[in-house]
Amino acid sequence: MRNALLAGTFIALACGVSGWFVVLRGQVFAGDALSHVAFPGALAAVAAGIDERVGLFAATVTVGAGIGAFGRGAFARGGARMSGAVPVDDTAIGTVFTFILGLGVFFLTLFSTSSGGGSGIQAAHTLFGSIFGLGQGEALLATAVALATVLLTLVIARPLLFASVAPDVAGARGVPTRLLAVGFVALLGVVAAEATQAVGALLLLGLLAAPAAAAHRVAKSPFAGIALAGLFAVAAVWGGLALAYAVPQLPPSTAIVGLAVGGYYVSTIVT
Amino acid sequence: MPAEVVNPQLGWNPVRDLSEVLEYHFMVNALLAGSIVAITAGLVGWLMVLRREAFAGHTLSMMAFPGASGAALLGIPAAWGYFGFCGAAALAIGRFTSGERRSWSEQSAGIGAVQALALATGFLFLSLYGGVLGDLENLLFGTFLGVSDGQVLVLLAVAVATLAVLGIVARPLLFASVDGQVAQARGVRVRMLSTAFLLLLGLTVAATSQVTGVLLVFALLVTPAATAQAITARPALGLVLTVALGLLVVWLGLGIAYFSVYPAGFFIATISFAIYVAVRVALGVLPGRSADRAAGLTPPPAPPAPSPPAPVPPVPARGVIA
Repeated sequence: MRNALLAGTFIALACGVSGWFVVLRGQVFAGDALSHVAFPGALAAVAAGIDERVGLFAATVTVGAGIGAFGRGAFARGGARMSGAVPVDDTAIGTVFTFILGLGVFFLTLFSTSSGGGSGIQAAHTLFGSIFGLGQGEALLATAVALATVLLTLVIARPLLFASVAPDVAGARGVPTRLLAVGFVALLGVVAAEATQAVGALLLLGLLAAPAAAAHRVAKSPFAGIALAGLFAVAAVWGGLALAYAVPQLPPSTAIVGLAVGGYYVSTIVT
Repeated sequence: MPAEVVNPQLGWNPVRDLSEVLEYHFMVNALLAGSIVAITAGLVGWLMVLRREAFAGHTLSMMAFPGASGAALLGIPAAWGYFGFCGAAALAIGRFTSGERRSWSEQSAGIGAVQALALATGFLFLSLYGGVLGDLENLLFGTFLGVSDGQVLVLLAVAVATLAVLGIVARPLLFASVDGQVAQARGVRVRMLSTAFLLLLGLTVAATSQVTGVLLVFALLVTPAATAQAITARPALGLVLTVALGLLVVWLGLGIAYFSVYPAGFFIATISFAIYVAVRVALGVLPGRSADRAAGLTPPPAPPAPSPPAPVPPVPARGVIA
């Protein structure tokens, strides 16, 4: 329980803070795709006989950097036509991650035919994770990674904000927008890999999208919004864990996501 | 794998191999189901790509999980739960994304919230059910080769219904998709159309996943449509091209899967992705593209610089880039 609270708090903080930018940049689909990519990455690592965490991080960070790299190209093309209101890379994301999932299926078959059994359970574990199943070492690692990503996000927050809101102007003022785009999605890849193996892809999406979207509706100034997004996410995790502790039938993931989405729904009604 | 003693071998005579494939009833059923799904998914997917609703489509495909676990809890067939949840999610996405003017970024956050909540609900159902979802793997990766006659009929009925509705709303839907504001000013009921389209999309996704599995729905829904839209912007030609590509991919994928131990979904995803990449490279539309692939995704057919003809499968429409 203590491990779950510790890791959950900091992962929520990382998801909330980076989620604010994810929602601002309209990249929720990218975050979702990254969490799915974690699954073939882990399977490939297991099939190759190395630690699954290596594959997890490698897959999400490379694909994240890739999405960042050619997502910006698409953004620039769309910019002339529709003033960047709609990023045009969602089709490309869908295409690429379907192929990677196809590879995942291939690795799963490879894996289950070579060693037999247990693969389905492994897959389910990667897909859904379990916040209560964390050991001491895993929780500490998750905390450290989450803290590092939060700090990194805050360091690049100002130029990233500039580049997200007015990419053309930022580029003209000498802000390395392309580098920021790639770096941010790579950072998102780290968050996705960490959150996926600690708490599951399901929680990642809930914590990435819902608290940040609520914060966008409530807060007007960017930095208040970032703080609020982190706060909402942490509150959802604490409330969810308490609720799951009180009601044993309720899985913690469901309680946390339910609270986060409920908070967003309330914010759409209030504002 | 020595386990497969009866593993069919690819011979030298393609006609004989083809007739061997078609001798088996399950193969005929698989080809029928695959063709039906490829046509429906191609037509609906082309509109989905045009409307930039890939994320919504992905979210709808995820409804398989709450659908199947809810159905297991209630003791009804999984397909019913799937179709039910797809419909509910389509309505929820419509509620979250239209309404007052929402920005693009908030739309995607809303869809993400719907998906997370639905998955969480599915997780709750699963833990209440307490057992193991027996056919989870089938659900995720598809059961291509075990398609029954009844399933083919159900797929056919769903496809006919979807295409009939699509045919009725096609013109106003195209108008609303291309330029929503002008369409609204001309009296087209844009909001109703977008909800109706999401419902159709849900139906199509549910049907497609019966063949490709939940994880690989996009191999038929997005990739052929994206390829076609990279080639041409004309609606009629693009739709024809999408369907043709979808059929080609399904037939090739099933054919290869028959002669191998690996799942058909993998071949379908890989072939359609390879065609997409080849077309993109040949057209030279997206310069960042090849760098991206070199970065992470290992195998596909290393496309030799922009020399158009060599690796590209039949793409007759190169002349008609609009």
